[in-house]
Amino acid sequence: MSGVRKTFGATIALDEVDLAVRSGEVCALVGQNGAGKSTLMAILAGATRPDAGRMTLDGRPYSPKDPLEARRAGVAMIYQELSLAPHLSVMENIALGIEPSHFGLIDRARVRQTAVDALRQLGHPEISVDALVAGLSPASQQLVEIARALAMQCRVLVFDEPTSSLGVEDATTLFELIGRLKQQGLAIAYISHFLEEVKRVSDRFVVLRDGRNAGEGATAGTPAAEIATMMIGRALDDLYPRRPRTVGEPVLDVKDVMPGGATFTLHRGEVLGIAGLLGAGRTQLLRALFGLEPVRRGTVRLGVHAGRCTPHDRWQQGMGMLSEDRAGEGLAPGLSVGDNMTLAHLGDTGRGAFIVPAMQDAAARRWIDALGIRTRGPRQIVAALSGGNQQKVAFARLLHESVDVLVLDEPTRGIDVGSKAQIYALVDELVGRSKAIVLVSSYFPELLAVSDRIAVMSRGRLGRALPASEWTEHSLLMEASDARTAS
Amino acid sequence: MDGALAVDGSLGREDSLVTRVLAGLLLVVVLFAFLVGPQFVRPANLELMARQTAIVCVAALGMTMVIVAGGIDLSVGSVIALATVVTALLLRSNSGPLLAAIGAVVAGAACGVLNGVLITTLRVVPFIVTLGTMLLVRGGAKGLADERRIETPMTWLNELLRTVRGGSGILLPWGIWLTVALAIAVAIVLQYTKFGRHLFAIGSNERTARLCGVRVEASKIAVYAIAGALAGLAGVLQLSQLSVGDPTAAIGLELDVIAAVIIGGGSLAGGKGTAAGTVAGAAIMTVIQVGCSQQGLPNWVQQIVTGTIIVFAVALDRWRRS
Repeated sequence: MSGVRKTFGATIALDEVDLAVRSGEVCALVGQNGAGKSTLMAILAGATRPDAGRMTLDGRPYSPKDPLEARRAGVAMIYQELSLAPHLSVMENIALGIEPSHFGLIDRARVRQTAVDALRQLGHPEISVDALVAGLSPASQQLVEIARALAMQCRVLVFDEPTSSLGVEDATTLFELIGRLKQQGLAIAYISHFLEEVKRVSDRFVVLRDGRNAGEGATAGTPAAEIATMMIGRALDDLYPRRPRTVGEPVLDVKDVMPGGATFTLHRGEVLGIAGLLGAGRTQLLRALFGLEPVRRGTVRLGVHAGRCTPHDRWQQGMGMLSEDRAGEGLAPGLSVGDNMTLAHLGDTGRGAFIVPAMQDAAARRWIDALGIRTRGPRQIVAALSGGNQQKVAFARLLHESVDVLVLDEPTRGIDVGSKAQIYALVDELVGRSKAIVLVSSYFPELLAVSDRIAVMSRGRLGRALPASEWTEHSLLMEASDARTAS
Repeated sequence: MDGALAVDGSLGREDSLVTRVLAGLLLVVVLFAFLVGPQFVRPANLELMARQTAIVCVAALGMTMVIVAGGIDLSVGSVIALATVVTALLLRSNSGPLLAAIGAVVAGAACGVLNGVLITTLRVVPFIVTLGTMLLVRGGAKGLADERRIETPMTWLNELLRTVRGGSGILLPWGIWLTVALAIAVAIVLQYTKFGRHLFAIGSNERTARLCGVRVEASKIAVYAIAGALAGLAGVLQLSQLSVGDPTAAIGLELDVIAAVIIGGGSLAGGKGTAAGTVAGAAIMTVIQVGCSQQGLPNWVQQIVTGTIIVFAVALDRWRRS
């Protein structure tokens, strides 16, 4: 792939990216969340089309219209989320889309043979081709997925965070398998943000940062720390206003809470940052604190309130949460801007059980003006707004209910720089007014600039919170990627 | 009744939707006025059509709220039958018509609570739960009535939907006024109460509603209870037409009720629907039925026309938006 470029609206996801994967080689593609890894691989696998750039496969031009054409050409993607049909058997899944048939009738004997051959090639003949996929473990399902790619005679395999759903032993088995496939002459692209894995499995690595190539080399000769530096490599700018802060009394006390394995105390007037990569369990911790998921162990005390709480209770106790999943949870897309801002209904929008539209509009207008939200008015459907403006609507909900403790999960993910700067300024202002904030982010520069203390979450456990000045992007990344044991 | 929403002209969507449904209603009325002749739009005929719409319309108002919240209630037909039986039994035990009617509404609300509790605690989708309670309530009604029709003494309940010249009412029979009042009440609840906005939020994105502290489970139980109570009331109107408590009444009526909501702009995906649209949707179906039969067209033609309209009404709406 060379000079690949892709833009989504005004966002440039990929800018002149080059990538070469040779047969008989494992090439790791690394980069922080949002660096463009997944977009690049989606282009390779035919799920998205590039705006510019050339791709060649075995020296011939290659431009797949869809994933099926990519597979036919010999490029298959093994996704993070498995894409098997759970109600079909192993052999039906392996042969899906390429069923050998006579006059429309499926040739079951040949389907079986194809499946058995593919599994044998993988070195896993113990998987029964008659078993239902739904009954298999995640690791076996992944093998079936790989077998499907082999059955289609694929020459290039793309693994996207393949260990995220696997345990340690299964991951080791997978690494061995990848080694065998490499020896059989396949070309393998391996996406991961775990540097430890990259060190173990790959021959070469390519770093992406902000949609551009940011370095490459042979894995064996490069220490993990050096790769991490290439992944970060950017100076702070003045995105982050910061006025003097005074830390006040404790408001949120968390002791040994599962999920999350977390112990910390949050004070008024401070931002506690939680660093970690996607899938580290940060979101589960926040959801448990907010009553969206049960607290399986430990205690959460918010001011005077302890014990089981629903989100409804939390809002009343003065805690508000901003969801990381803006489209799926943060906003009700079909409702208006005003409805979305005032949905918790503690602030001023009416009398008793009734809503007075004029009051609701006035409340919404206030936030639209204060945050500079670009909308036609409080009654515009929120789905019509841009990502940054949608996020400001979701944030306005916390402001409208004037909560004291704000739980922010990836507040700046996928929004433009202007909106980001506004959100940082808001956070700073709120902390100045002695609010307390928990900020989860996988974008380390913002965490370092905005937080007073930072704790790192890795593989479901939250570490100790240290002053932000004691961390660097580098040490955060090393801690979060479990890379201390590598290199 | 939705006009007030358009004060700044920026909401637009629900308003124009209701306007379109009302335009559709006007269109079919004018069409049949041409086909059948001017007698089709005489007051007596309009009253007849209003009376025929009332039962479906009352049940459909409850269904509107359920569908707005992203649910569905297939048990309304059975609840209507149960309500006729309960009313009839209470009338025969000399309870008095008012108490009999209240009994039917309470029985309907109880069925609704059952639906809501099953949906929220078992976490089975509403379609399946209410498919089950559809049979369950129907069976209960038959058992309660000993699988017979129950004759009732004549009371003022029987006049609710009788034509105003032979019964009571001002301009229109009381049953029609009751329907109008309920439609206004449901419109107000949906647009101007926190409960109503919560229903839209649940239907639009249940996870958002939960995140915002909406008591999702309680709201769902409440909305099914209200829908059940309105179905119970529809049962009282049904009894006033039949004069007997009939456990086999209103079989398949749930589909008419759902169709009224859908023609009226409701979306089975949730988050969309208005009381005004539903009333117009129910009226469109009646106008087609009455119009076809007064034109001398057989029943099968009516069904083909109604079916076509359901599909094209929804397709048209989708096409306009995309």
